Amino acid sequence: MAVAPIRTPLDAHRLKADFPILAQTVHGDRPLTYLDSANSAQKPQAVIDTLVDVYTTCYTGVHRAVYELGERATARYEATRDLLTALLNANSRREVIFTRNATEGLNLVAYAYGDRRIGPGDAIVTTEMEHHSNLVPWQFLARRTGATLHYLRLNDRGELDPESLHRLDDLENVRLVAATHVSNSLGTVNDIAALSAWAHERGAVMACDGAQAAPHRPVDVQALGVDFYAISGHKMCGPGVGALWGRERILTDMDPFLTGGGQIAKVGLDRTRFGDLPAKFEAGVPPVAEVIAFGAAIEYLTGVGLEAIHAHEQALTAYGHALLEEIPGVTIYGPPPPDRGGVLSFTVQDVHSHDVAQSLDADGVCVRAGHHCTQPVMAHYGIPATARASVYLYNTAEDLDRLAAGIVRVKRTFGV
Amino acid sequence: MDDFYRENILDHYKNPRNSGHLEHPTVTAEGVNPLCGDELSVELEVEDGVVRDVRFNGRGCAISQAAASMISEVAKGRAVDEVRGFGAEDVLEELGIPLMPIRLKCALLSVNLLRVALGEEARPDDEIEWKSA
Repeated sequence: MAVAPIRTPLDAHRLKADFPILAQTVHGDRPLTYLDSANSAQKPQAVIDTLVDVYTTCYTGVHRAVYELGERATARYEATRDLLTALLNANSRREVIFTRNATEGLNLVAYAYGDRRIGPGDAIVTTEMEHHSNLVPWQFLARRTGATLHYLRLNDRGELDPESLHRLDDLENVRLVAATHVSNSLGTVNDIAALSAWAHERGAVMACDGAQAAPHRPVDVQALGVDFYAISGHKMCGPGVGALWGRERILTDMDPFLTGGGQIAKVGLDRTRFGDLPAKFEAGVPPVAEVIAFGAAIEYLTGVGLEAIHAHEQALTAYGHALLEEIPGVTIYGPPPPDRGGVLSFTVQDVHSHDVAQSLDADGVCVRAGHHCTQPVMAHYGIPATARASVYLYNTAEDLDRLAAGIVRVKRTFGV
Repeated sequence: MDDFYRENILDHYKNPRNSGHLEHPTVTAEGVNPLCGDELSVELEVEDGVVRDVRFNGRGCAISQAAASMISEVAKGRAVDEVRGFGAEDVLEELGIPLMPIRLKCALLSVNLLRVALGEEARPDDEIEWKSA
Protein backbone atom coordinates (compact mmCIF):
# COMPACT_ATOMS: atom_id res chain seq x y z
CA MET A 1 0.00 0.00 0.00
CA ALA A 2 1.21 3.44 -0.86
CA VAL A 3 0.08 5.08 2.34
CA ALA A 4 2.81 7.04 4.09
CA PRO A 5 3.93 5.70 7.49
CA ILE A 6 2.85 7.74 10.47
CA ARG A 7 4.56 9.56 13.29
CA THR A 8 2.78 9.87 16.60
CA PRO A 9 3.82 11.18 20.01
CA LEU A 10 3.14 7.79 21.63
CA ASP A 11 5.11 4.60 21.65
CA ALA A 12 2.05 2.41 21.26
CA HIS A 13 4.09 -0.79 21.16
CA ARG A 14 5.36 -0.01 24.65
CA LEU A 15 1.88 1.03 25.87
CA LYS A 16 0.41 -2.19 24.49
CA ALA A 17 2.60 -4.08 26.94
CA ASP A 18 0.69 -2.39 29.79
CA PHE A 19 -2.46 -4.27 28.68
CA PRO A 20 -2.02 -7.98 29.44
CA ILE A 21 -5.10 -9.03 27.47
CA LEU A 22 -3.51 -7.77 24.25
CA ALA A 23 -0.54 -10.13 24.54
CA GLN A 24 -2.58 -13.21 23.63
CA THR A 25 -3.13 -14.93 20.33
CA VAL A 26 -6.53 -16.13 19.13
CA HIS A 27 -7.65 -18.80 16.67
CA GLY A 28 -4.34 -20.50 17.25
CA ASP A 29 -1.50 -18.20 16.36
CA ARG A 30 -3.17 -14.97 15.27
CA PRO A 31 -2.13 -11.94 17.31
CA LEU A 32 -5.10 -10.23 18.93
CA THR A 33 -5.78 -7.00 17.06
CA TYR A 34 -8.27 -5.10 19.18
CA LEU A 35 -10.03 -2.41 17.17
CA ASP A 36 -13.21 -2.10 19.23
CA SER A 37 -12.33 0.38 21.96
CA ALA A 38 -15.29 2.60 21.07
CA ASN A 39 -17.37 -0.29 22.36
CA SER A 40 -15.26 -0.85 25.46
CA ALA A 41 -11.58 -0.25 26.15
CA GLN A 42 -9.12 -2.79 27.51
CA LYS A 43 -7.62 -2.39 30.97
CA PRO A 44 -3.98 -1.71 31.85
CA GLN A 45 -2.29 -3.79 34.54
CA ALA A 46 -2.45 -0.79 36.90
CA VAL A 47 -6.27 -0.89 36.82
CA ILE A 48 -6.41 -4.66 37.26
CA ASP A 49 -3.94 -4.42 40.15
CA THR A 50 -6.03 -1.71 41.79
CA LEU A 51 -9.16 -3.87 41.70
CA VAL A 52 -7.26 -6.72 43.32
CA ASP A 53 -5.65 -4.35 45.80
CA VAL A 54 -8.99 -2.91 46.92
CA TYR A 55 -10.47 -6.35 47.51
CA THR A 56 -7.27 -7.49 49.21
CA THR A 57 -6.68 -4.51 51.46
CA CYS A 58 -9.55 -2.08 52.01
CA TYR A 59 -12.88 -3.22 50.56
CA THR A 60 -16.10 -2.34 52.35
CA GLY A 61 -19.12 -0.11 51.79
CA VAL A 62 -18.18 3.57 51.71
CA HIS A 63 -19.50 6.57 53.65
CA ARG A 64 -20.78 4.44 56.52
CA ALA A 65 -18.21 2.42 58.36
CA VAL A 66 -16.48 4.12 61.27
CA TYR A 67 -13.70 1.56 61.33
CA GLU A 68 -10.35 2.10 59.61
CA LEU A 69 -11.13 -0.11 56.62
CA GLY A 70 -14.17 1.98 55.82
CA GLU A 71 -12.19 5.16 56.17
CA ARG A 72 -9.56 3.94 53.73
CA ALA A 73 -12.15 2.73 51.21
CA THR A 74 -14.06 6.01 51.42
CA ALA A 75 -10.92 8.11 51.02
CA ARG A 76 -9.88 6.19 47.92
CA TYR A 77 -13.41 6.27 46.48
CA GLU A 78 -13.60 10.03 46.96
CA ALA A 79 -10.12 10.45 45.49
CA THR A 80 -11.53 9.31 42.12
CA ARG A 81 -14.10 12.08 42.38
CA ASP A 82 -11.25 14.56 42.81
CA LEU A 83 -9.46 13.13 39.78
CA LEU A 84 -12.61 13.53 37.69
CA THR A 85 -13.16 17.05 39.00
CA ALA A 86 -9.72 17.96 37.69
CA LEU A 87 -10.03 15.91 34.49
CA LEU A 88 -13.23 17.66 33.40
CA ASN A 89 -12.33 21.06 34.89
CA ALA A 90 -15.39 20.99 37.13
CA ASN A 91 -15.86 23.82 39.61
CA SER A 92 -16.41 21.51 42.51
CA ARG A 93 -16.25 17.86 43.49
CA ARG A 94 -19.92 18.16 44.44
CA GLU A 95 -20.69 18.28 40.71
CA VAL A 96 -19.36 14.78 39.98
CA ILE A 97 -21.81 11.89 40.38
CA PHE A 98 -20.89 8.25 39.93
CA THR A 99 -23.23 6.23 37.74
CA ARG A 100 -23.18 2.81 36.15
CA ASN A 101 -22.26 4.25 32.76
CA ALA A 102 -22.98 7.20 30.48
CA THR A 103 -26.43 5.76 29.70
CA GLU A 104 -27.40 5.99 33.35
CA GLY A 105 -26.02 9.53 33.55
CA LEU A 106 -28.19 10.66 30.63
CA ASN A 107 -31.23 8.91 32.08
CA LEU A 108 -30.55 10.65 35.37
CA VAL A 109 -30.83 13.98 33.57
CA ALA A 110 -33.98 12.90 31.73
CA TYR A 111 -35.77 11.80 34.88
CA ALA A 112 -34.39 13.97 37.66
CA TYR A 113 -34.17 17.18 35.62
CA GLY A 114 -36.63 16.54 32.81
CA ASP A 115 -39.62 15.26 34.73
CA ARG A 116 -39.69 18.33 36.94
CA ARG A 117 -38.66 21.04 34.49
CA ILE A 118 -40.30 19.98 31.26
CA GLY A 119 -44.01 19.88 30.49
CA PRO A 120 -46.63 20.11 27.75
CA GLY A 121 -45.80 22.74 25.15
CA ASP A 122 -42.06 22.55 25.89
CA ALA A 123 -39.50 21.48 23.33
CA ILE A 124 -36.51 19.16 23.55
CA VAL A 125 -33.85 19.25 20.82
CA THR A 126 -31.47 16.41 20.04
CA THR A 127 -29.81 15.07 16.90
CA GLU A 128 -30.14 12.34 14.31
CA MET A 129 -26.56 11.33 15.11
CA GLU A 130 -27.10 10.20 18.69
CA HIS A 131 -26.36 6.85 20.21
CA HIS A 132 -29.68 5.40 21.34
CA SER A 133 -28.67 6.21 24.91
CA ASN A 134 -28.87 9.93 24.12
CA LEU A 135 -32.01 9.61 22.02
CA VAL A 136 -34.44 7.14 23.58
CA PRO A 137 -34.35 8.86 27.02
CA TRP A 138 -35.54 12.09 25.33
CA GLN A 139 -38.23 10.28 23.32
CA PHE A 140 -39.42 8.75 26.55
CA LEU A 141 -39.20 12.07 28.42
CA ALA A 142 -41.26 13.74 25.68
CA ARG A 143 -43.83 10.98 25.98
CA ARG A 144 -44.02 11.31 29.79
CA THR A 145 -44.25 15.09 29.82
CA GLY A 146 -46.12 15.97 26.62
CA ALA A 147 -43.13 17.94 25.30
CA THR A 148 -42.20 17.86 21.61
CA LEU A 149 -38.93 16.41 20.35
CA HIS A 150 -36.95 18.00 17.50
CA TYR A 151 -33.89 16.75 15.65
CA LEU A 152 -30.84 18.32 14.13
CA ARG A 153 -30.23 16.41 10.90
CA LEU A 154 -27.17 14.91 9.30
CA ASN A 155 -25.66 16.05 6.05
CA ASP A 156 -24.00 13.50 3.78
CA ARG A 157 -20.58 14.17 5.27
CA GLY A 158 -21.98 12.87 8.53
CA GLU A 159 -21.97 16.27 10.21
CA LEU A 160 -24.85 18.10 11.82
CA ASP A 161 -26.47 20.26 9.17
CA PRO A 162 -26.35 23.90 10.37
CA GLU A 163 -29.50 24.59 8.34
CA SER A 164 -31.42 22.15 10.49
CA LEU A 165 -30.43 24.19 13.54
CA HIS A 166 -31.46 27.46 11.88
CA ARG A 167 -34.85 25.96 11.12
CA LEU A 168 -35.32 25.59 14.89
CA ASP A 169 -34.26 29.19 15.66
CA ASP A 170 -37.82 30.29 16.26
CA LEU A 171 -38.86 27.25 18.21
CA GLU A 172 -40.42 28.32 21.48
CA ASN A 173 -40.02 26.93 24.98
CA VAL A 174 -36.85 24.99 24.25
CA ARG A 175 -35.97 23.51 27.63
CA LEU A 176 -33.26 21.02 26.87
CA VAL A 177 -30.72 20.39 24.11
CA ALA A 178 -28.86 17.07 24.01
CA ALA A 179 -26.02 16.17 21.67
CA THR A 180 -23.04 13.90 21.56
CA HIS A 181 -19.56 15.37 21.72
CA VAL A 182 -18.14 12.75 19.34
CA SER A 183 -20.27 10.36 17.27
CA ASN A 184 -19.72 6.67 18.05
CA SER A 185 -20.62 5.52 14.56
CA LEU A 186 -19.31 8.35 12.36
CA GLY A 187 -16.48 9.86 14.37
CA THR A 188 -17.90 13.35 13.85
CA VAL A 189 -16.76 15.93 16.39
CA ASN A 190 -19.60 18.33 17.16
CA ASP A 191 -19.24 22.01 18.02
CA ILE A 192 -20.69 21.61 21.49
CA ALA A 193 -19.77 25.14 22.59
CA ALA A 194 -21.90 26.56 19.76
CA LEU A 195 -24.82 24.29 20.62
CA SER A 196 -24.51 25.23 24.31
CA ALA A 197 -24.65 28.91 23.36
CA TRP A 198 -27.73 28.25 21.21
CA ALA A 199 -29.39 26.42 24.11
CA HIS A 200 -28.54 29.09 26.66
CA GLU A 201 -29.84 31.90 24.44
CA ARG A 202 -33.18 30.14 24.79
CA GLY A 203 -32.91 29.50 28.51
CA ALA A 204 -32.47 25.78 27.88
CA VAL A 205 -29.94 23.46 29.50
CA MET A 206 -27.36 21.60 27.44
CA ALA A 207 -26.71 17.89 28.06
CA CYS A 208 -23.74 16.30 26.33
CA ASP A 209 -22.88 12.65 25.81
CA GLY A 210 -19.14 12.53 26.34
CA ALA A 211 -18.73 8.75 26.18
CA GLN A 212 -16.69 8.88 22.96
CA ALA A 213 -14.81 12.08 23.77
CA ALA A 214 -13.53 11.90 27.34
CA PRO A 215 -11.42 8.76 26.70
CA HIS A 216 -9.68 10.34 23.75
CA ARG A 217 -9.15 14.06 24.20
CA PRO A 218 -8.90 16.70 26.93
CA VAL A 219 -12.39 17.78 27.99
CA ASP A 220 -13.15 21.10 29.67
CA VAL A 221 -16.81 21.38 30.60
CA GLN A 222 -16.41 25.13 31.20
CA ALA A 223 -15.07 25.72 27.70
CA LEU A 224 -17.81 23.52 26.23
CA GLY A 225 -20.38 25.54 28.16
CA VAL A 226 -22.50 22.46 28.83
CA ASP A 227 -24.69 21.88 31.88
CA PHE A 228 -24.43 18.08 31.98
CA TYR A 229 -21.68 15.82 30.68
CA ALA A 230 -21.94 12.03 30.85
CA ILE A 231 -18.99 9.64 30.55
CA SER A 232 -18.33 5.89 30.70
CA GLY A 233 -15.36 4.69 32.74
CA HIS A 234 -15.19 1.39 30.90
CA LYS A 235 -14.40 3.25 27.67
CA MET A 236 -11.55 5.00 29.53
CA CYS A 237 -9.63 1.84 30.49
CA GLY A 238 -11.56 1.62 33.76
CA PRO A 239 -14.04 -0.96 35.05
CA GLY A 240 -17.78 -0.90 34.44
CA VAL A 241 -18.66 2.41 36.00
CA GLY A 242 -19.48 5.88 34.72
CA ALA A 243 -19.92 9.45 35.87
CA LEU A 244 -22.14 12.43 35.27
CA TRP A 245 -20.93 15.96 35.70
CA GLY A 246 -23.59 18.63 36.22
CA ARG A 247 -23.60 22.29 37.24
CA GLU A 248 -24.00 22.58 40.99
CA ARG A 249 -26.74 25.20 40.80
CA ILE A 250 -28.84 22.91 38.59
CA LEU A 251 -28.09 19.69 40.48
CA THR A 252 -29.03 21.39 43.74
CA ASP A 253 -32.47 22.23 42.42
CA MET A 254 -33.11 18.72 41.12
CA ASP A 255 -34.87 15.87 42.83
CA PRO A 256 -32.90 12.66 43.22
CA PHE A 257 -33.01 10.05 40.46
CA LEU A 258 -32.92 6.84 42.49
CA THR A 259 -33.82 7.02 46.13
CA GLY A 260 -32.76 4.89 49.08
CA GLY A 261 -29.85 4.56 51.44
CA GLY A 262 -26.79 6.76 51.55
CA GLN A 263 -28.40 9.79 49.98
CA ILE A 264 -30.67 11.12 52.69
CA ALA A 265 -30.35 13.73 55.42
CA LYS A 266 -33.29 12.54 57.48
CA VAL A 267 -36.00 10.00 56.93
CA GLY A 268 -39.24 9.96 58.87
CA LEU A 269 -42.29 7.88 58.18
CA ASP A 270 -44.10 10.83 56.66
CA ARG A 271 -41.28 12.83 55.10
CA THR A 272 -37.71 12.57 53.87
CA ARG A 273 -35.07 15.23 53.47
CA PHE A 274 -32.36 14.44 50.95
CA GLY A 275 -28.65 14.81 51.53
CA ASP A 276 -26.27 17.25 49.91
CA LEU A 277 -24.49 16.86 46.62
CA PRO A 278 -23.20 14.56 45.36
CA ALA A 279 -24.62 11.96 47.82
CA LYS A 280 -28.16 12.94 46.81
CA PHE A 281 -27.58 11.18 43.48
CA GLU A 282 -25.73 8.14 44.75
CA ALA A 283 -28.35 5.96 46.43
CA GLY A 284 -27.24 2.58 47.73
CA VAL A 285 -23.79 1.08 48.16
CA PRO A 286 -21.87 2.09 45.04
CA PRO A 287 -19.40 -0.08 43.09
CA VAL A 288 -16.54 0.84 45.43
CA ALA A 289 -13.67 -1.10 43.87
CA GLU A 290 -14.74 -0.11 40.35
CA VAL A 291 -14.77 3.59 41.21
CA ILE A 292 -11.36 3.35 42.88
CA ALA A 293 -9.95 1.49 39.86
CA PHE A 294 -11.55 4.11 37.60
CA GLY A 295 -9.26 6.50 39.45
CA ALA A 296 -6.28 4.34 38.51
CA ALA A 297 -7.45 4.45 34.89
CA ILE A 298 -7.66 8.25 34.94
CA GLU A 299 -4.18 8.43 36.44
CA TYR A 300 -2.93 6.09 33.73
CA LEU A 301 -4.52 8.16 30.93
CA THR A 302 -3.35 11.49 32.31
CA GLY A 303 0.10 9.97 32.86
CA VAL A 304 0.30 9.17 29.15
CA GLY A 305 -1.35 12.51 28.41
CA LEU A 306 -4.72 13.06 26.77
CA GLU A 307 -3.23 15.54 24.30
CA ALA A 308 -0.76 12.90 23.20
CA ILE A 309 -3.47 10.20 23.06
CA HIS A 310 -5.56 12.50 20.90
CA ALA A 311 -2.68 13.27 18.55
CA HIS A 312 -1.82 9.57 18.32
CA GLU A 313 -5.39 8.65 17.41
CA GLN A 314 -5.64 11.45 14.89
CA ALA A 315 -2.58 10.11 13.11
CA LEU A 316 -3.81 6.50 13.27
CA THR A 317 -7.27 7.42 12.06
CA ALA A 318 -5.92 9.38 9.10
CA TYR A 319 -3.66 6.41 8.29
CA GLY A 320 -6.49 3.88 8.56
CA HIS A 321 -8.79 6.12 6.55
CA ALA A 322 -6.20 6.32 3.76
CA LEU A 323 -5.66 2.53 3.81
CA LEU A 324 -9.37 1.78 3.55
CA GLU A 325 -9.94 4.40 0.88
CA GLU A 326 -7.47 2.54 -1.32
CA ILE A 327 -9.53 -0.65 -1.29
CA PRO A 328 -12.08 -0.67 -4.13
CA GLY A 329 -15.63 -1.27 -2.94
CA VAL A 330 -15.01 0.06 0.57
CA THR A 331 -17.16 3.02 1.62
CA ILE A 332 -16.17 4.97 4.74
CA TYR A 333 -18.85 6.93 6.59
CA GLY A 334 -18.36 10.18 8.46
CA PRO A 335 -16.24 13.24 7.81
CA PRO A 336 -12.73 12.79 6.39
CA PRO A 337 -9.69 13.46 8.59
CA PRO A 338 -8.37 15.56 10.20
CA ASP A 339 -10.20 16.14 13.45
CA ARG A 340 -12.54 13.22 13.59
CA GLY A 341 -12.90 10.69 16.37
CA GLY A 342 -10.95 7.46 16.12
CA VAL A 343 -13.74 5.37 14.63
CA LEU A 344 -13.76 4.13 11.05
CA SER A 345 -17.23 2.98 10.05
CA PHE A 346 -17.25 1.27 6.69
CA THR A 347 -19.06 -1.10 4.40
CA VAL A 348 -17.65 -3.49 1.82
CA GLN A 349 -19.72 -3.59 -1.34
CA ASP A 350 -21.86 -6.73 -1.61
CA VAL A 351 -20.66 -8.14 1.71
CA HIS A 352 -22.78 -7.81 4.83
CA SER A 353 -21.00 -6.14 7.75
CA HIS A 354 -21.52 -9.18 9.97
CA ASP A 355 -19.69 -11.26 7.43
CA VAL A 356 -16.90 -8.67 7.25
CA ALA A 357 -16.51 -8.75 11.03
CA GLN A 358 -16.73 -12.53 11.25
CA SER A 359 -14.13 -12.97 8.54
CA LEU A 360 -11.82 -10.44 10.20
CA ASP A 361 -12.20 -12.33 13.47
CA ALA A 362 -10.61 -15.35 11.85
CA ASP A 363 -7.50 -13.16 11.49
CA GLY A 364 -7.73 -12.07 15.12
CA VAL A 365 -9.00 -8.62 14.14
CA CYS A 366 -11.82 -7.46 16.45
CA VAL A 367 -14.20 -4.94 14.89
CA ARG A 368 -17.82 -4.22 15.61
CA ALA A 369 -20.57 -4.90 13.09
CA GLY A 370 -24.12 -3.68 13.28
CA HIS A 371 -25.93 -0.39 13.72
CA HIS A 372 -23.81 0.64 16.73
CA CYS A 373 -26.96 1.72 18.59
CA THR A 374 -27.41 4.49 16.01
CA GLN A 375 -30.22 3.17 13.84
CA PRO A 376 -31.27 6.65 12.64
CA VAL A 377 -27.71 7.15 11.31
CA MET A 378 -27.96 3.87 9.39
CA ALA A 379 -31.38 4.92 8.08
CA HIS A 380 -29.90 8.24 6.93
CA TYR A 381 -27.44 6.37 4.74
CA GLY A 382 -29.98 3.70 3.76
CA ILE A 383 -27.83 0.87 5.09
CA PRO A 384 -28.65 -1.79 7.69
CA ALA A 385 -25.23 -1.85 9.30
CA THR A 386 -21.57 -0.98 9.04
CA ALA A 387 -18.38 -2.58 10.27
CA ARG A 388 -16.54 -0.29 12.64
CA ALA A 389 -12.89 -0.24 13.60
CA SER A 390 -11.93 2.06 16.46
CA VAL A 391 -8.53 2.93 17.83
CA TYR A 392 -7.08 3.83 21.20
CA LEU A 393 -3.73 4.59 22.73
CA TYR A 394 -2.55 0.96 22.49
CA ASN A 395 -3.22 0.61 18.76
CA THR A 396 -0.45 0.73 16.19
CA ALA A 397 -0.24 1.29 12.45
CA GLU A 398 0.36 -2.48 12.13
CA ASP A 399 -3.10 -3.09 13.64
CA LEU A 400 -4.61 -1.06 10.81
CA ASP A 401 -2.42 -2.83 8.26
CA ARG A 402 -3.89 -6.13 9.50
CA LEU A 403 -7.38 -4.65 9.19
CA ALA A 404 -6.79 -3.58 5.61
CA ALA A 405 -5.21 -6.91 4.67
CA GLY A 406 -8.18 -8.69 6.29
CA ILE A 407 -10.66 -6.67 4.25
CA VAL A 408 -8.85 -7.58 1.06
CA ARG A 409 -9.10 -11.26 2.09
CA VAL A 410 -12.83 -10.89 2.83
CA LYS A 411 -13.36 -9.53 -0.65
CA ARG A 412 -11.48 -12.48 -2.13
CA THR A 413 -13.55 -15.00 -0.13
CA PHE A 414 -16.79 -13.43 -1.29
CA GLY A 415 -15.57 -12.99 -4.82
CA VAL A 416 -16.22 -9.24 -4.91
CA MET B 1 -12.01 -17.87 7.40
CA ASP B 2 -12.19 -20.09 4.37
CA ASP B 3 -13.48 -22.81 6.63
CA PHE B 4 -16.30 -20.69 7.94
CA TYR B 5 -17.55 -19.34 4.65
CA ARG B 6 -17.65 -22.69 2.92
CA GLU B 7 -18.45 -22.90 -0.70
CA ASN B 8 -21.97 -24.22 -0.14
CA ILE B 9 -22.78 -21.35 2.23
CA LEU B 10 -21.50 -18.77 -0.22
CA ASP B 11 -23.37 -20.51 -3.02
CA HIS B 12 -26.69 -20.35 -1.15
CA TYR B 13 -25.93 -16.74 -0.19
CA LYS B 14 -25.23 -15.65 -3.74
CA ASN B 15 -27.89 -17.82 -5.38
CA PRO B 16 -30.63 -18.11 -2.79
CA ARG B 17 -33.16 -20.88 -3.46
CA ASN B 18 -36.86 -20.13 -3.10
CA SER B 19 -36.26 -16.41 -2.93
CA GLY B 20 -38.95 -13.88 -3.80
CA HIS B 21 -42.71 -14.04 -3.58
CA LEU B 22 -45.52 -16.57 -4.09
CA GLU B 23 -48.53 -15.69 -6.15
CA HIS B 24 -51.02 -17.06 -3.63
CA PRO B 25 -49.39 -17.54 -0.21
CA THR B 26 -51.53 -19.25 2.43
CA VAL B 27 -49.59 -17.89 5.40
CA THR B 28 -46.82 -15.33 5.86
CA ALA B 29 -44.56 -13.99 8.59
CA GLU B 30 -41.89 -11.34 8.88
CA GLY B 31 -39.13 -10.74 11.36
CA VAL B 32 -36.11 -8.68 12.27
CA ASN B 33 -32.76 -9.56 13.75
CA PRO B 34 -32.50 -6.81 16.37
CA LEU B 35 -28.75 -7.23 16.46
CA CYS B 36 -28.17 -5.97 12.95
CA GLY B 37 -31.57 -4.81 11.77
CA ASP B 38 -31.73 -7.48 9.08
CA GLU B 39 -35.24 -8.08 7.83
CA LEU B 40 -36.65 -11.30 6.48
CA SER B 41 -40.13 -12.44 5.47
CA VAL B 42 -41.51 -15.81 4.50
CA GLU B 43 -44.50 -16.84 2.41
CA LEU B 44 -45.86 -20.40 2.49
CA GLU B 45 -48.35 -22.28 0.41
CA VAL B 46 -49.92 -24.90 2.65
CA GLU B 47 -52.28 -27.53 1.33
CA ASP B 48 -53.60 -30.66 3.07
CA GLY B 49 -51.20 -30.25 5.96
CA VAL B 50 -48.18 -30.07 3.69
CA VAL B 51 -45.90 -27.13 2.93
CA ARG B 52 -46.17 -27.12 -0.86
CA ASP B 53 -44.06 -24.06 -1.54
CA VAL B 54 -41.82 -21.59 0.28
CA ARG B 55 -40.40 -18.15 -0.51
CA PHE B 56 -38.07 -16.09 1.60
CA ASN B 57 -37.49 -12.44 0.93
CA GLY B 58 -35.21 -9.95 2.64
CA ARG B 59 -31.68 -8.85 3.28
CA GLY B 60 -29.03 -10.02 5.64
CA CYS B 61 -25.65 -11.55 6.21
CA ALA B 62 -24.38 -14.66 4.46
CA ILE B 63 -25.35 -16.84 7.40
CA SER B 64 -28.96 -15.64 7.64
CA GLN B 65 -29.48 -15.70 3.87
CA ALA B 66 -27.84 -19.09 3.37
CA ALA B 67 -29.77 -20.54 6.31
CA ALA B 68 -33.06 -19.32 4.84
CA SER B 69 -32.18 -20.72 1.44
CA MET B 70 -31.15 -24.11 2.84
CA ILE B 71 -34.08 -24.51 5.22
CA SER B 72 -36.49 -23.55 2.43
CA GLU B 73 -35.32 -26.58 0.48
CA VAL B 74 -35.76 -28.81 3.53
CA ALA B 75 -39.22 -27.45 4.33
CA LYS B 76 -40.66 -27.75 0.86
CA GLY B 77 -42.92 -30.80 0.60
CA ARG B 78 -42.73 -31.59 4.32
CA ALA B 79 -45.68 -31.97 6.68
CA VAL B 80 -46.66 -28.80 8.53
CA ASP B 81 -46.14 -30.56 11.88
CA GLU B 82 -42.58 -31.41 10.95
CA VAL B 83 -41.73 -27.89 9.83
CA ARG B 84 -43.23 -26.49 13.03
CA GLY B 85 -40.72 -28.60 14.92
CA PHE B 86 -37.66 -27.24 13.10
CA GLY B 87 -35.03 -25.80 15.42
CA ALA B 88 -31.41 -24.86 15.76
CA GLU B 89 -30.18 -28.39 15.15
CA ASP B 90 -31.87 -28.51 11.73
CA VAL B 91 -30.25 -25.27 10.58
CA LEU B 92 -26.84 -26.18 11.91
CA GLU B 93 -27.00 -29.51 10.17
CA GLU B 94 -27.66 -27.75 6.88
CA LEU B 95 -24.96 -25.11 7.39
CA GLY B 96 -22.49 -27.76 8.44
CA ILE B 97 -20.47 -25.41 10.65
CA PRO B 98 -20.58 -24.58 14.34
CA LEU B 99 -21.81 -21.05 15.07
CA MET B 100 -21.05 -18.85 18.01
CA PRO B 101 -24.28 -18.01 19.85
CA ILE B 102 -24.45 -14.45 18.57
CA ARG B 103 -24.39 -15.67 14.97
CA LEU B 104 -26.89 -18.41 15.77
CA LYS B 105 -29.47 -15.65 15.98
CA CYS B 106 -28.81 -14.89 12.33
CA ALA B 107 -29.21 -18.55 11.39
CA LEU B 108 -32.36 -19.04 13.47
CA LEU B 109 -34.30 -16.14 12.00
CA SER B 110 -35.59 -18.16 9.05
CA VAL B 111 -36.56 -21.19 11.16
CA ASN B 112 -38.42 -19.01 13.61
CA LEU B 113 -40.26 -17.33 10.76
CA LEU B 114 -41.39 -20.73 9.48
CA ARG B 115 -42.65 -21.59 12.95
CA VAL B 116 -44.48 -18.27 13.35
CA ALA B 117 -46.05 -18.53 9.90
CA LEU B 118 -47.38 -21.95 10.89
CA GLY B 119 -48.91 -20.64 14.10
CA GLU B 120 -46.20 -21.58 16.57
CA GLU B 121 -44.30 -19.35 18.93
CA ALA B 122 -40.79 -18.33 17.94
CA ARG B 123 -38.31 -20.17 20.08
CA PRO B 124 -36.93 -17.86 22.73
CA ASP B 125 -33.28 -16.89 22.82
CA ASP B 126 -32.74 -18.87 25.97
CA GLU B 127 -32.63 -21.92 23.79
CA ILE B 128 -29.25 -20.66 22.68
CA GLU B 129 -26.58 -22.23 24.77
CA TRP B 130 -23.93 -19.72 25.81
CA LYS B 131 -20.81 -21.76 26.11
CA SER B 132 -17.80 -20.28 27.78
CA ALA B 133 -14.50 -20.93 26.09
